[in-house]
Amino acid sequence: MRAFGRFWYEFIVGDDWRIAAGVVLVLTLDSVLVAVAEASDTIVALAGAAGIVSVVFAGLFRGREETRPH
Amino acid sequence: MSSSQIGLVVSVFLASAVEFVEAFTIVLAMGITRGWRAALAGTVLAVVALAAITALAGYTLVDWLPETLLQLIVGTLLLVFGLQWLRKAILRSAGLVPLHDEEETLGEETAAAARAGRETRFGLDWFGFVVSFKGVFLEGLEIVFIVITFGLNADDIPLAAAGALCGGAVVLTAAVALRRPLAHVPENTMKFAVGLLLSTFGTFWAVEGLGVFADGSRSIEWPGGDFALVALLGTWCLFSWLAVRTLRGAGELAT
Repeated sequence: MRAFGRFWYEFIVGDDWRIAAGVVLVLTLDSVLVAVAEASDTIVALAGAAGIVSVVFAGLFRGREETRPH
Repeated sequence: MSSSQIGLVVSVFLASAVEFVEAFTIVLAMGITRGWRAALAGTVLAVVALAAITALAGYTLVDWLPETLLQLIVGTLLLVFGLQWLRKAILRSAGLVPLHDEEETLGEETAAAARAGRETRFGLDWFGFVVSFKGVFLEGLEIVFIVITFGLNADDIPLAAAGALCGGAVVLTAAVALRRPLAHVPENTMKFAVGLLLSTFGTFWAVEGLGVFADGSRSIEWPGGDFALVALLGTWCLFSWLAVRTLRGAGELAT
């Protein structure tokens, strides 16, 4: 069971969990905009896109030390 | 044909072609060293298993989940999965991760197959059968994942499956004609394109699916409707270009 879970984790999330975690965080915050703040669709869409691109960019640069050739 | 369907066919075709190139190298190594009977049996069984998974998972998910929730869950999975492809392609283009070399993989697989002991089960060389099955199944699982997630959101799993079959057919035809690993296929460029498309459509659908939290559970409307896909694709392209340039510069400074 553990091996099964590990396989799917590695299959979907891959080498950098920070990017997946960042995407889920952005979507969670964006869902608050929808459910609580009742923001317009345009704001929800643009905030979601900007947030996702930002966390991926940040994740890439935080992870570069681990992938840099020595 | 809608923009979603065009994106669907292009993404699945390219992903399938890339994964078939990698799977073919493994099957070729087993065929050369362990015999073609076991290699082909493993391949056929893996393809049958993948087709069954696609049919079962695809149609079950459609029946179980309401449309908006499906957009959110499947869109998020597609986005996270697509970002893996994009991240790796960016790191490879920046020179931080080595490019995939099919000739090298063939050498490694052939050497491992030559060292392995010989055990026969069901009249087949077991090592050749298992390695071929695992190679095709694991590479194919990525295609199945894209076919199901993309196909569900574009509401056209048969079109997605057809795109994947075409990608596989093109690679297999080239492979049979050349009878050697397809080392000159621009794998990283193709993976880059797949990563960009999956990230674009994943972002679009995941955000649309957030409407499940709105009153009445409706899809979030992107400004410009489907044209937002073009803007999203442009944004991911610009972001990737910037990331490759910056990471390449940082790598050069460090060495």
